[in-house]
Amino acid sequence: MHSCPGLFHAGVLSRELLKGSDAAIRNPHVTRLLCPLPQCPPCTSCHAARAALRRPRSGQALCGACFCSAFEAKVLHTVLAGRLLPPGGVVAVGASGGKDSTVLAHVLRALVPRLGISLQLVAVDEGIGGYRDAALAAVRRQAARWELPLTILACEDLFRGLTDAVARRTAGSDRSRYCCTFCGELQAARRAGATNIAISHNADDMAETRLMNFLRGDAGRLARGGGLGSPGEGGALPRCRPLQFASQKEVVLYAHFRRLDYFSEECVYAPEAFRGHARDLLKRLEAARPSAVLDLVHSAERLALAASARPPRPGACSRCGALASRALCQACALLDGLNRGRPRLAIGKGRRGLDKQATPGTPGDPAQTKTIR
Amino acid sequence: MCQVGEDYGEPAPREPPSAPRPSREQKCVKCREAQPVVVIRAGDAFCRGCFKAFYIHKFRAMLGKNRLIFPGEKVLLAWSGGPSSSSMVWQVLEGLSQDSAKRLRFVPGVIFVDGTCALRLAPGRIPFRKGKRQISHSSSRKHGPAERGLEGFPGGRWPHTLLGSTGAACGRSPEERAKTLAEVKPILQAIGFPWHVVALEEVFSLSPSVLRCSSQEPAAPEEAYKAAVDSFLRQQHVLGAGGGPGPAHGEEQLPQPRNRQSLLRPPAAAQTEALSHLFCSVRTLTAKEELLQTLRAHLILHVARAHGYSKVMTGDSCTRLAIKLMTNLALGRGAFLAWDTGFSDERHGDVVVVRPMREHTLKEVAFYNRLFSVPSVFTPAVNTKAPEKASIHRLMEAFILRLQTQFPSTVSTVYRTSEKLVKAPRDGPATGDHSPRCLLCMCALDIDAADSATAFGVQTSSHPSQIQLTPQGPCCFPGGPRAQGCCQGASRREDPQACIVEQLCYGCRVNMKDLPSLEPLPQYILAEAQLRTQRAWVLAELRDCLIEDSDDEVGQS
Repeated sequence: MHSCPGLFHAGVLSRELLKGSDAAIRNPHVTRLLCPLPQCPPCTSCHAARAALRRPRSGQALCGACFCSAFEAKVLHTVLAGRLLPPGGVVAVGASGGKDSTVLAHVLRALVPRLGISLQLVAVDEGIGGYRDAALAAVRRQAARWELPLTILACEDLFRGLTDAVARRTAGSDRSRYCCTFCGELQAARRAGATNIAISHNADDMAETRLMNFLRGDAGRLARGGGLGSPGEGGALPRCRPLQFASQKEVVLYAHFRRLDYFSEECVYAPEAFRGHARDLLKRLEAARPSAVLDLVHSAERLALAASARPPRPGACSRCGALASRALCQACALLDGLNRGRPRLAIGKGRRGLDKQATPGTPGDPAQTKTIR
Repeated sequence: MCQVGEDYGEPAPREPPSAPRPSREQKCVKCREAQPVVVIRAGDAFCRGCFKAFYIHKFRAMLGKNRLIFPGEKVLLAWSGGPSSSSMVWQVLEGLSQDSAKRLRFVPGVIFVDGTCALRLAPGRIPFRKGKRQISHSSSRKHGPAERGLEGFPGGRWPHTLLGSTGAACGRSPEERAKTLAEVKPILQAIGFPWHVVALEEVFSLSPSVLRCSSQEPAAPEEAYKAAVDSFLRQQHVLGAGGGPGPAHGEEQLPQPRNRQSLLRPPAAAQTEALSHLFCSVRTLTAKEELLQTLRAHLILHVARAHGYSKVMTGDSCTRLAIKLMTNLALGRGAFLAWDTGFSDERHGDVVVVRPMREHTLKEVAFYNRLFSVPSVFTPAVNTKAPEKASIHRLMEAFILRLQTQFPSTVSTVYRTSEKLVKAPRDGPATGDHSPRCLLCMCALDIDAADSATAFGVQTSSHPSQIQLTPQGPCCFPGGPRAQGCCQGASRREDPQACIVEQLCYGCRVNMKDLPSLEPLPQYILAEAQLRTQRAWVLAELRDCLIEDSDDEVGQS
């Protein structure tokens, strides 16, 4: 044991960290960021405690407490600068049980006095077997611990088709990669009676999305999704992404230092989605240049697309009233297709069948469809 | 959210749709008579003649559609020796020698920038070995060394090495340079245009005026182009049909002796040393490549201005432009994509950079060069034989080419997206000349005021000692419009580096972070930076006295 008194704290901390059961610690990226025992410099911010980590982008050595406050300050700055969450609003945080939404809920809860908002947790049960159950259990534990109202929407009741069932119908080695569509589109948080929705996408997610949009030539989405959040239009709730400028590593580090409990498995359908390519590329870019993610986000913010490439102003879905750029929102369109026995109706280019009304008596009849509450 | 409604159109392919191999009985899809020799895209088999016509037509259509090059204009062809630019030069050569109706009507010159000094091997890099076949960019892999069309040229054998082993000492550089020039010269002489061979070291003798944009001429309307063509044709007619390639060609012979003189005189050893010191001090390969591109662009711009060229043609192919687009996204240059990858790039004002090869894929270029024996020279670049992880450029290249094998429409999709980008100024009045420009890349600055969230991110990452835990206090943020006024006095004298960094766009700033010190940069950059800082400071001081339009405040400090 080193005789220097200042190193005691760091030694205990390091040993604790290295034998911790936290999934974050086993992540080699995080371990690399944690300072090894004999070389801990002092924290560059408070100059009191020993540094426990190096900040991913700047390489600055910080102790745990200073890093957490810096992270929270960054989120606060994002929210205030973009005027994302007006004071007095009821904010629904989309909670999936994963690290991003856990961290977002925790940070927003810490910032509630500053922002003057009230928080709610909203989770969606898409019915993906083996994955969603454990995740929802984590969400329930968080809601209990933080005493936040929790609303869980079960897709089974609302949409009359589990995501698994959807996947099964379209499955085959080539079709199963479309399953992430359903997972993403079926998150509807406004049932909880909130005025704003906070989504926990971090900088890496945003960068991946931009890359994907470019690779697939999706000029419409490129033009639309540049800002920090989308204002509510056509009766939909305004959405924002307070974690947009926090990199994934920082989110993991924050969750570690605050000892947050979250569910860390990957969605079973993730490996087959196109996003995997973009994610892989992003990891390599970050290895070549640490600031690559932030640079990508900066680039994407400043893309200038031709007016003809921009999508039309979104209106409201004719069935459920959610934000939609066509007559039906994506969720209703997907359901329509499922119910009519044409599961790929809203995926890919075959949209011609969407406008045709189903014949009465078949499952796709609008009169019989249970509307979403 | 992960998947878009519009998706890769056809039902998901299990593996890439293999092109139906042309059977022996299949004929060329165009003329349906001759035997096909090459397959372009998926299943389009062309015969030799039709392929040539298709290729040439693309080139001409690109020039003709955009109507930027006026008859009689002097155009500088930037030739790197690689397959795309060689193909472009060859197209221009052939285009000028055609019969009068279809002849190209501009006056070309060729420039070759010799950057061998920048390739000094750092210790630890994989060396070239004598006698081993050169393998570098994916395009040149298609050619074997003996098959390149250098037959018929003196010294037509393929050069085996251009660089020696690891740890190339200073004495090696003249030999390398001499070898390169020995290959380049015969080709340039055979082409016959006035040529300029410029060593990269000459950046050290540039003047700061290179970094100033001349006033932009307003874009000529459609009628002006037609009028110019008509008057040119009338002039030709008056001069008589015996003009051959055109009257301007006679003057081309005159500058040649001068060029040959400068060719023989190698650059000063001090300059060579300074250049290699600069490149060795750059820490990452990404920043090295970007710096090389910037310096090369400045040099070409200088030569173009000095000799009266108003257009510069570069041979970027479709594949290379798609890679460049994605690379620039990752480098933080999203605001300037339209300039970097579009057909024309007018950021310098008087000299416009044009990219006529932007619809030709590398595959087509390689086939054309092979079938029609287009001469080219292999010159290694800074990232030749570098591993895939070495730089962002290499990463993106490998990624796109890999994705292309799985999704064959990747390159064309990215290209189509790039066509939808516009050169819009950012929100705010189109101030044109008044908006501050980046010192190095000469695009309008894209760093926001302090309330952009990425500004916060940049601040915390570049000035860790000034980290503010409260979101307020961006007063000292470099680049903000108010910062120059308040911080100038304090920081100007003590930190010239910060002053230079203030004048760069986001992408250039990130690159400069990889230089530990900005001292080795060529003098013209440092001088211009200082001049701009002085000017900004003076304006800040006189702000109260000057009568300005309120619109001008965006550009001023």
